[in-house]
Amino acid sequence: MPHPSHPAPRELLKLVVVGHVDHGKSTIVGRLLYDTDSLPEGKLEELQALASRRDMALEWSFVLDAFQAERDQAVTIDTTQIRFKTARRDYVIIDAPGHREFLKNMVSGAAEADAAVLVIDAAEGVREQSRRHGYLLHLLGVRQVAVAINKMDLVDHDGARFAQVAQEVSEYLAGIGVEPAFLVPIAAREGDNVAAASPRFDWYEGPSLLEALDRFHAVTQPGLQPLRLPIQDVYHFDQRRILVGRVESGVLRVGDTVLFSPSNKTARVRSFEAWNAEPPVEAHAGQSVGLTLEEPLFLERGEMLSHPEAAPQLTTVLRATLFWLGRTPLAEGQGLTLKLGTARYAVEVASIEQAIDTDSLERRQAQEVPRDGIAEVVLRSRALIALDEAAALQRTGRFVLLDGSETVGGGLISMEGYPDQRRVMAVRASNLFSVEHAVTREQRWARNRHRGGVIWLTGLSGAGKSTVAMALERRLFERGYHVYVLDGDNVRRGLNANLGFSPDDRAENIRRVGEAAALFADAGAICITAFISPYQSDRDRARTAAERLVPGGFHEVFVAADLETCEKRDPKGLYKRARAGEIEDFTGVSAPYEAPATPDLSLDTAALDVEAACEALFGYVTAKFALEATD
Amino acid sequence: MDRLDQLEAHSIYILREAYAQVEPLSMLWSLGKDSNVMVWLARKAFFGRVPFPVILLDTGNELDEVYAFRDEYVGKWGLSYVNAACPPLEETDPSLPLNSRHAARKTLGLKRILAEQGFRGVFLGIRRDEQALRGKERVFSPRDAEGAWNYKEQPAEFWDHYKTELPPGAHLRIHPLLAWTEIDIWRYIEREDIPVVPLYFARDGWRYRSLGEKDITRPIRSDAASIAEIIAELEVTRQPERAGRTMDHDSEDSFERLRASGYM
Repeated sequence: MPHPSHPAPRELLKLVVVGHVDHGKSTIVGRLLYDTDSLPEGKLEELQALASRRDMALEWSFVLDAFQAERDQAVTIDTTQIRFKTARRDYVIIDAPGHREFLKNMVSGAAEADAAVLVIDAAEGVREQSRRHGYLLHLLGVRQVAVAINKMDLVDHDGARFAQVAQEVSEYLAGIGVEPAFLVPIAAREGDNVAAASPRFDWYEGPSLLEALDRFHAVTQPGLQPLRLPIQDVYHFDQRRILVGRVESGVLRVGDTVLFSPSNKTARVRSFEAWNAEPPVEAHAGQSVGLTLEEPLFLERGEMLSHPEAAPQLTTVLRATLFWLGRTPLAEGQGLTLKLGTARYAVEVASIEQAIDTDSLERRQAQEVPRDGIAEVVLRSRALIALDEAAALQRTGRFVLLDGSETVGGGLISMEGYPDQRRVMAVRASNLFSVEHAVTREQRWARNRHRGGVIWLTGLSGAGKSTVAMALERRLFERGYHVYVLDGDNVRRGLNANLGFSPDDRAENIRRVGEAAALFADAGAICITAFISPYQSDRDRARTAAERLVPGGFHEVFVAADLETCEKRDPKGLYKRARAGEIEDFTGVSAPYEAPATPDLSLDTAALDVEAACEALFGYVTAKFALEATD
Repeated sequence: MDRLDQLEAHSIYILREAYAQVEPLSMLWSLGKDSNVMVWLARKAFFGRVPFPVILLDTGNELDEVYAFRDEYVGKWGLSYVNAACPPLEETDPSLPLNSRHAARKTLGLKRILAEQGFRGVFLGIRRDEQALRGKERVFSPRDAEGAWNYKEQPAEFWDHYKTELPPGAHLRIHPLLAWTEIDIWRYIEREDIPVVPLYFARDGWRYRSLGEKDITRPIRSDAASIAEIIAELEVTRQPERAGRTMDHDSEDSFERLRASGYM
């Protein structure tokens, strides 16, 4: 059994130093090591000898430059970890390089930091990489930031210049939701205000850089949040089946009922398991644990364990702000592997919504994301992904992207406008037995003299779905077809009277319409539906419902009119109200519309009038619903 | 969780990530304090077992106490032990300084055993604070078929997502102790009561701070005869840990050359 060590290990704060190239990051780090008496014996002499051998002034940055190649290029290539200590605690500094193309390495270092120093040259002020690195700190989740305004000796230690640069950087950071805890004037080469206050800054009343760092907090693992435990593996070394993984947030106790996602299975925790230690009765965020279950479930790596009442969302579509590290630009339609927790999912880039310019913070339309670019994108997967929103749960609200075997990006998840699909997927009535009908599908078709099926119209509000649906119904009816239209009016009054307009309720609305349409189709009728149905996943589910009963019987028809046209028509005045903010989550305005990737038929209602559109659709139906010799 | 709990939990996470995704695996067991901690952590991660072979890169030139320790603990810890004999000095790169050539024998021994047994992943107990070049390492560090380390093109590694896929012939060096310091190691050895080779404890004013082969490792001046005394000594020392490892100090770039060509 382990026994306690006498003096407890000291607290460790992981610090990253970022900023524009040549603004003095490595110099600050070298100087911090010197001032805290942390240089290894002989290092100062070594540096002095090196400097005199090369006939140069002593460069504090050489402390970090372990590689020969780096010294020659005088640029820090990779992240390096260096330690120093103060009376309060230990520090490890992750020095991040400033060259643009080295974003990959900066991300690798900065992602694990508790706090950051953003270095700005007092003479040059905020530059491109200052902004970029500030933005990335925010994306990577580093929330404690001190700004060191360096090289104050070059501006004669002028308080007015300091105030000017301080305001410039504060304004930028405020724009991305970062509030620097400290803004410190320093001259790192001379050590002014690095460790101790300097008389040259008699106009400055705040702490020195080192005192500022000592006021930060080492980030502790979140405990009061919902439980998340991604399953790493299942071991059967002996008679036990042990699930292993690390608690990312929350607390897990023996006896808890837990839910696994995406499989949606539940079980009770029987025990924790441990070797050479007393097994715990509860596990907290940050702990690597092994546990057994009361029920013998078949589970695999990649499942996310949670409590059932605070489960992660399940979805096949997600929105994210991502940074792209790939050698070639990210493009729409590109296939990638998404890693979240211990799970992997094949995903496709459904759309690049906007690129973010870290210089101006402007958002603009973009066809692709260049290397080192930042953008908001929509990703789609075939399988259900278990995830959280980054704003709510940082560690399970972010993911890494792979292209083949290469890590090419990372992203933070935002699900605004997308419904949780867990409720919609759950088949609660599992104790049902199917009863064979005494009338076959073919007998119904023969009596009707046409096949049954679903004509699923999708498109923006105002595209003309209902108009076209009613015209088509009239036309088919007159020709003897058994036909019926489902639209918002007849469905929302009864079948879906209990549903509102939240993303979840909309998804459920469409699920019920899909199931009802499938029954009409099975009964031998042609069911025309007229719903915006903005999500491909919802339409795919409707297809699955219909084709389970009538194979080949689902026809997705894209009523394609662009947003501008629809908004101009605005027959019900809805766009106007949405623009005025009176309607939330309005498709096309404040919620996404996902156009069908491969519709069975596409009608351009911006160009065709109702008659022509109806004619085209009528031609399609008579061809597709005709009986064949084999029917 | 204190600092040691955090380090332990993270190392166990790394060991399990590798075990779930990389096959076949092995672990280098140099018999030094760090690799003993690594074996201990593996037993924690896998509930008492080490479910892959542990390898000694054997130059035939280790200190006697090191061999004695091995003979005792292979059985006591239930290890699946592989002795990888290192090729002789003549086969090493003659352009390297002599001490580095002694070290390079291990590089060749590792290359040979990886090729023979086809391991796709090997755990190593290196730490970032040991040496500046090791400070640049990734937790999962890919090597090409020659074992070479391309330090300018290392994969992105963040949010505890590691590179686990590799082209044929390549392998992964996996470093579960990368974030530990020398003092962390000793505190953990003390807390867990992990056995170590007695050469670490001072006798007659000398002790080994880092264990290597007979020819290229020197003891340091020390009176630290217990773990507590070693920790107290490390709290104040200005000497680098590997001061007694002569191969690090042959020339300005000797360790860089060793590592680029596949040294641990």
